[in-house]
This record gives sequence, structure tokens and C-alpha cells, in this order.
Amino acid sequence: MIRLEHVSKCFGGARVVDDVTLTIEPARATALIGPSGSGKSTLLSMIVGLTTPDDGEIEVARHLLTPLSAEKLRRLMGYVIQEGGLFPHLTARRNIELMARETGWPAERRAARLEELLQLTRFPAEALERFPAELSGGQRQRVALMRALMLDPEILLMDEPLGALDPLIRADLQDDLAAIFARLRKTVVIVTHDLAEAGFFAERIVLMNRGRIVQQGRFADFVERPAEEFVTRFVRAGVRRLSDLPLPPGGAR
Amino acid sequence: MLLALLLLGACAREGDAVRIGSKTFTESVILSNIVADLAAASGARVIRRPALGGTRLVWNALLSGEIDAYPEYTGTLRQEILAELRLANDRQLADALGELGLRMSLPLGFGNGYALGMRRDKAEALGVRDISDLARHPSLVFGLSEELLARADGWPALRAAYGLAAEDVRGLDHDIAYKGLIEGAIDVVDLYATDPQIADRRILVLIDDRKLFAENRAVLLYRADLEQRAPRAVMSMLRLEGRIDAPAMIAMNVAVRTGLRTEREAAANFVAAQFGVEAPAPSQSLVERLWRRTREHLFLVGVSLAAAILVAVPLGVAAAKRPRLGHAILGLASVLQTIPSLALLVFMIPLLGIGAPPAIVALFLYSLLPIVRNVATGLTTIPRAIENSAIAIGLSPWRRLLLVELPMASPAILAGLKTAAVINVGTATLGALIGAGGYGQAIFTGVRLDNFALILEGAIPAALMALAVQGLFDLAESWIVPRGLRLKASG
Repeated sequence: MIRLEHVSKCFGGARVVDDVTLTIEPARATALIGPSGSGKSTLLSMIVGLTTPDDGEIEVARHLLTPLSAEKLRRLMGYVIQEGGLFPHLTARRNIELMARETGWPAERRAARLEELLQLTRFPAEALERFPAELSGGQRQRVALMRALMLDPEILLMDEPLGALDPLIRADLQDDLAAIFARLRKTVVIVTHDLAEAGFFAERIVLMNRGRIVQQGRFADFVERPAEEFVTRFVRAGVRRLSDLPLPPGGAR
Repeated sequence: MLLALLLLGACAREGDAVRIGSKTFTESVILSNIVADLAAASGARVIRRPALGGTRLVWNALLSGEIDAYPEYTGTLRQEILAELRLANDRQLADALGELGLRMSLPLGFGNGYALGMRRDKAEALGVRDISDLARHPSLVFGLSEELLARADGWPALRAAYGLAAEDVRGLDHDIAYKGLIEGAIDVVDLYATDPQIADRRILVLIDDRKLFAENRAVLLYRADLEQRAPRAVMSMLRLEGRIDAPAMIAMNVAVRTGLRTEREAAANFVAAQFGVEAPAPSQSLVERLWRRTREHLFLVGVSLAAAILVAVPLGVAAAKRPRLGHAILGLASVLQTIPSLALLVFMIPLLGIGAPPAIVALFLYSLLPIVRNVATGLTTIPRAIENSAIAIGLSPWRRLLLVELPMASPAILAGLKTAAVINVGTATLGALIGAGGYGQAIFTGVRLDNFALILEGAIPAALMALAVQGLFDLAESWIVPRGLRLKASG
């Protein structure tokens, strides 16, 4: 469980996160969505301790997050960012195993865990010895996911993990991610600006705008009971479909 | 590190040997070799430190005990080194030196007063025969040695006495000025009475018609304590008193300048003829010479570079982690870099004496900036996403530095090391000016003697060493820089 109490953050005078209080339920996926600059990524980076809030408190697994406790608490959290943030000088295998080696896991335990993760993420074992630059964008994100899951953390934080992928690979990975979330039953927080993606992954959606939480709930709540006009506009922009576009008769359907 | 260098300096100070120095011009080098040959003939162990530097440097080396003796001139002592004492004659000069713990021999025989010279054809065209005539030609270009320009009895006195209104007066190295004179870029140079140039038919020595240039008699200066430490060597050296006349000195200068003999050979010939002393000049083959200089050069470069790496890499890390400290560190390193290399070498002499230690410290200081800067740049340009991943994954700051940041910065760091090493190989040639040996010895001796082959004997190996160092670091790059960083990202 993650709890945020009256958390605020300013960057150069602008309030990027403004008095946010939020409880993230354990063992299910929560999506943080909102337009660019709504503060959703900053919120996630505060949870992982990369950014220190100006005001308020954050609790991770019943421990208060402070600059001192952050290093320990991070081992309870896996973190995946848009471009993967893989270390380019290490092979895929070394990237994934880095923290297991640091914490002194024996080789057999590492190999067993890696085998599980390869199956989970459907990543080809022969690509493990490649460097990030030799992998495709989708493969890189699978490696980043394996790295985040290696120590089997309670919490998985993902900041726009599919943002840089082209549509086909993106759809592929969406399916896999949804299956993984369902199987692992971990506390997942995924940041995205895409409402459809949020609805696809998460049982609970938190919509942010200008540093504040505008509405939270299930996907249906946003459509049926929008809290304000902004929600309606955001939903309408998000659910625009291919079928709304004027296509010539007998076209690409 | 500094301690190690100081120890190194202490070891270089062999207590029991007689160390003979000289200034950088040919005559001084020949004289010091003659003196060294005579001292060696008494059975003393002799260390030759020829061509250490200009007057001040060699004088200070004698005062501080870096060397025990060197040839000097009475006029230089009275009018330049001890000018403030306004010594009226050589008797007073000897007393003043005694108070400094120094002894002066009787004159060796020849004098080496200053004179002015012009190209004969130019002088004849202008109708110039003596120095007074120069007052009528204010547009002539003067190329004078720095020593003459600075001396109380030098250029200022000359200018006043002859009413010279020269508009273009440049301070130049003596040998370079002479070259400029022959090629026509300079009209008037200063000469010494025993310069080989005096014998050059193309040169007209202008008559000092107002008798301004003082007598400048060659003497041997040595430390008073040498009389206790090596009395027989002193006795032997003093046999030189009154034994070298001007023609003999000019002949030796000409022999060396024309490449007929080395300074060492000219000296050996002289002592054999005058004193019956056999001083076989150890003639080294080209390979032996190259190998010795290569060892000396590699020692200077290797020690200074290794020390610089040990100090500069942590400094670079500190600079990257603490931006304000980083500004201070980089600022200081930049200031060090702006000090002219020769000046830095000379600064080191009072602290570390002459020879390899001051050269190594100077090279060490020069190597800092490229390394510190590249380490800091390499670390601060790591992409934000990578940096964040390294933190978020739970690595401690030290492990982050070791496992992620330094490997990521390794191409930049190696580039910095490469720059430092190549510059270091070049700058180390200047070490020859303060007795540290290396390729510079051949280069600077070659410049002094106008011997192009000798210059190449130093310059070519120095260039090859720079290339080799470059190649070595290129090789190291493929070993040290992780393969993943040398790949181009695919889609």
C-alpha cells in the first residue's frame, strides 16, 4: 500500500503537484493519467524517492519515505521508465541481474528467477547477451520490466512504459502487461496519458490536472459520472475511434 | 605523492660527488666540461649538469647547493647578479661572494665582453663603423639578448652613452637573433667577444668607441664548502686559472658550432693538450643516446601522468558531484594551465632543485586540467533517465559511481587521459632545460648549435612517442570502454 498525505511540489515557482492526498490499494493496478504537465510523473518520481516533496508525507508499505529511508524502500519497488533507462554498457542479462548480484544472490537462485521472468515476459533467452543498443524498443521494455521485477518487489511503478513504442509493438506489449499484472497481483502504479490504455490495465484510474486530482474511480465512472467539464473533455478526446473517421466506402474495414 | 617526489629529489642529491653546472650557451657548456674533466682527473666523482638554464637559474642552483661549481663572468656578477651592491672592482666582488659562501677563481684568461655586430654589407651600405654611427639610423631593428637588455651596464647605459634613438628593439635568444641577422630580419645584434660569429666574415663588429662595455672576465665560481668536501678536486680545477686565452676559446667555440666536435670532445682535447689529462669523451652511439633519452623521457611522462591520474580522477568526480567545488577545482586547474611551462619549471627549482623532480611536478600539474575536465564532463552528461534508473533500482551512491557512472563516462575519461598524455610527451621536452634529460636535450642542444640533425634526433623520437602514446590509448579504449557504449542504438 502507498499513502500520500497533502503532498506538494514546486519547480521554479510553479506548483507541479498541489496538495495531493491519495491511497493506492495493494495487489491491484492503479493508473495515473492526465495531460502533459498535470504532475502525474512527478508524483510517481516522489513515490520512488527521486524527487523530494516540499510538503506532505509519503508512506510506502507502512514506512515513512525520507531521503534516508529511500535507498532501502526502493528495493521494495520496481521502476520502469519510458525509454527503459537500461544501462547501455551492460548486457540485457547484466541489467536484469544487477541488483541480485549486489545483494549477493547465488548463481542458481539468479538463474531460476531469470528463467521465470523470461517466461513471464516472453523474452527470447538468446537475446540476453545483447546490449540494449542491439535490442528492439519492445525488447528493451521487456528487459526493463524484468530488471524491475528481479527482486520480486511488492510494488511496480511504471512511468509511460509504452510511450516510445510504435503502435503494433505497443498493442502487443499492452496485452502482455495486462496478463502479467493479472498474474502477479502486485501493487502496480502506471502513469500514462492515454485513457484507453489506463482503462485496459487498471481497475482504478486517478485523473490529474494542474497538479491536483480531479477524479478517481473505475473507467465507467469517468464516462457516466464526470466530476467536472474537464473530465468530459478528456474522456471524449481519449475515446475518439477509428470508426469516427470518414473512410471511403469499402475501405480498410 | 608529493612526499615521494621529495624523496626522489633527495636521492638525486648525491652528497659525495662534485657537480658542475653551466648556462645554456656553447662557451659555458665547453668550460663546464673542461672544469669537470680537471676535477675528474683528481679522482673525484663528477656529475655533469650542462646547459641548465640562464644566469639566474644557474646562480640559484649554486646558492642552493644543487651544483657545486659553474663558469661565470666578472662583469655578469658585478653588473647583473650583484648589481645592487655596486661593487667597484673584482677584489670587492670576491669579498661579496665570500659572504654568500662562494669562492671565485682567478680569471681563466680570456674576457668575454659584449660587442654589437651588423651584417658587413648592410653596415658598409649605411657607412656604419662604430657604435656612435648607429645614432644616425634610428630605424634599424635591434635584436638583443634579454641579459643585455636587463643589465645595468647593458642596453640602458649603451643607449644613454651613445644617444641611440632605436625605435625597434626586441629581446631575443642570442642564437636566434644571430640567425635573424644573417637572414636580414634583424640589423643589429649583441655579440660576445669570444663568439664564433666574431670569426664570421659576413659580420662586422662595431667599435665600442666610447669604451662603454666593461671587462667581463671568465672565472670559475664554486661553493666554499667544496674546499673541505673535495679539496683535491678544487686544486685540480683551479689549475685552469690563466690558462685559456681568447683565441683558444674562440677556436673551441667555432669547433663546436661548426659541428666539428661536441662540447665534451672540445673540452677533452683542450685538457689533453694543456694539462696532459686524458679525459676520454664517452662517445655514445646513436642507439645508446636514443635509448638513454627514451628512458629519461618515459620516466618523466610515466611518473607525472600516473600521479596526475591518481589525483585528477577523484578531483573530477568531486567536481561533478559538487558543482560549486567543481568550479573552484576547474578554475584552479585552468590557472595552472595558463602559467607558461618554462616559468612553471623555474618556479619548481627553489622547491625541488633541478633535474627530474621539478619537471615531474610541473608535468603533473599540466596534466590535471584535461583529466579533471573530462572526468567531470563525462559524469555530468550521463542521461537523466540512466541516472534516475540507477538511483531507483536501489544502488548506493558509491556503487552507482562504480557500476554505472564511471563506466558510462569512460570514453570521455579516456579521451582526457589521451590528451593529457600527448601534451605531456611534448611538454616533457622542456625538462631538458632544467637538467631532467629526455628528448629535449637533443632538441635544445641542436637549437643552440644550429645543428638540424641533432634537433631531429630529439624531435622525431618525441613525435613517435606521442603517436605511440596515442595508439596505446586507442588500444586501451577498446579494452576499457564497455562494448555496449560503442554500439549505435537501433530502432
